[in-house]
Amino acid sequence: MTTPATPRHQQGPDAGLLGSYESPIPIRPATLGDAVASEWTKIRSVRATVWTLGVMVALMLTVGLGTALLLAADSSGGMPDEPVLALGFFGVLLGSICVITLGVLTIGSEYGTGMIRTTLTACPSRGRVLAAKAIVFAALAFAVTTVTAAVVAALQTLILGGAPASADDWLRGTVGVGLYLAALGLLSLGVGAIVRHSAGAITIMIGVVLLPLVLALFMFADRLRGVQRFLIEYSIPNQIGALYGTTMTESGPSGWEPLLLMLVLAAAVLGGAVAILNRRDV
Amino acid sequence: MIELEGLTKRFGSKIAVDHLSCQIRPGIVTGFLGPNGAGKSTTMRMMLDLDNPTSGTVRIDGKHYRELQEPLKYIGALLDAKAMHGGRSAYNNLLCLAQSNRIPSSRVDEVLDMVGLTAVAKKKSKGFSLGMGQRLGIASALLGDPEILMFDEPVNGLDPEGIHWIRNLMKALAAEGRTIFVSSHLMSEMALTADHLIVIGQGKLLADTSMADFIHENSRSYARLRSPQQERLRDVLHQEGFTAVETAGGVLEIDGATTEELGELAARHQVVLHELSSQRASLEEAFMQMTAGSVEYHAHSERDLAVEPPAVGAGWGENWNKPGSTDRTGTDGKGA
Repeated sequence: MTTPATPRHQQGPDAGLLGSYESPIPIRPATLGDAVASEWTKIRSVRATVWTLGVMVALMLTVGLGTALLLAADSSGGMPDEPVLALGFFGVLLGSICVITLGVLTIGSEYGTGMIRTTLTACPSRGRVLAAKAIVFAALAFAVTTVTAAVVAALQTLILGGAPASADDWLRGTVGVGLYLAALGLLSLGVGAIVRHSAGAITIMIGVVLLPLVLALFMFADRLRGVQRFLIEYSIPNQIGALYGTTMTESGPSGWEPLLLMLVLAAAVLGGAVAILNRRDV
Repeated sequence: MIELEGLTKRFGSKIAVDHLSCQIRPGIVTGFLGPNGAGKSTTMRMMLDLDNPTSGTVRIDGKHYRELQEPLKYIGALLDAKAMHGGRSAYNNLLCLAQSNRIPSSRVDEVLDMVGLTAVAKKKSKGFSLGMGQRLGIASALLGDPEILMFDEPVNGLDPEGIHWIRNLMKALAAEGRTIFVSSHLMSEMALTADHLIVIGQGKLLADTSMADFIHENSRSYARLRSPQQERLRDVLHQEGFTAVETAGGVLEIDGATTEELGELAARHQVVLHELSSQRASLEEAFMQMTAGSVEYHAHSERDLAVEPPAVGAGWGENWNKPGSTDRTGTDGKGA
């Protein structure tokens, strides 16, 4: 205690409605910004963040540079007709698994450890807690992905030369990819908040990424052609490809459309998560 | 000041908390007592807005918990010690809580010092012992220097030194004018700390009374007599209108009689007494009798069934399975 225990005045059984203890710590209204500061402390003080993002950067760099170097050694001329930026695709696809994991863990680890009860006692507004988590996680995932994607693209261009890419191509291949993975991570965060179980949520999200393509593989029947094409076009790997301008099909989302689709999906799931959290017992 | 009004929680067909209404007043330690499964934790979770009540309300200084923007400055709670991220250091676990309520980070060092965890502040909390975890939980409750403090079974699993520390901490905090609400399933523990008692069983309010009144009303007092002239003594007592109950070892127990009148009676009739003493049933026993009808999980074994007040699982205090065990010193509730 900062001050020795001195009863201010003896409380009778009918002491007024207000407590008699006044804290010397001033009450300043807390805002979303304070919740963001809190979430930033949380995300930077656990090892999972360094691990998942570290593995993602390592994967993007090794896969990206590996393909570039192999191609350079394979044919002297490189790939004169193909946009070189598209080579970043494989690394980003693998890296997306790491972003999904971190997104799920951002909320899932709170449920796993019981920290969520402490968190919600400190900040009873479920919406504010999820919003703060989403802001901190998305900013971090976006920054790391964008920077890594830009470095990989620059190195690949240096190694292979290739056809000059437009400014829009560069923007989609760096900032676009960064935003897309951040949105995919937000979707994972929303799923994590709804299922409250890290392993379960990661499994669901990996299914969401891979299952449409796997299902499409087995749709030989003519009557299923439409479904098959839809599954391929809107599968997450194909949409990441669309950001690089290389898709498996001619139709389907192109340019910045995949990003818009993913942002809408993530916003819907996060909104649903807030609604569920508001009604559910912790 | 916390006000509960008709608080009810249903889990499916089972009622965990049943129309609970009471007030928790400032400046005193209020004990929240009930057997395991009585609904204590559920009630506390509803007070903190972790669980939504099926019906009824909880008001903290007149407000709903969700209306509190910086709740840590009004109410600090220790629900369970392990509600922290084990991979994070003690300091960071507290820092993120402080930041969300705009509490200066210097306060984190203060509370760590207060609970004696400064030396391990940078250590991951998963390596903490039960006692250290409990101290960390208490540090988080004290973080906002709140006016209301809530502890759910704070002494569970603590060593005697830790129990002593928590007891004194609660008393000191109450003496500063704070509202202290502490739950326990041990009457003996409450007798040492609480000024006021709220007893529940199967979610229903059984008692809302001051500790002194509870002791007065619920501890049966009786006289214990032993004599080599048992038959004669019984006749004498019968003539004088006392009802004596014979217990093991030829001991007679007489409800509601003072040792003075019994001693004078024996002297008048020249009966030799080997023992004459005044006895009070222990508070633990009184509590068990009060909640006997509402204990959820009975232990059934032949030995238990022989006990007068229905025995209930372990953890009820040391004397729960000794038939007719009494507190020979006469519990005054404020001992130690």
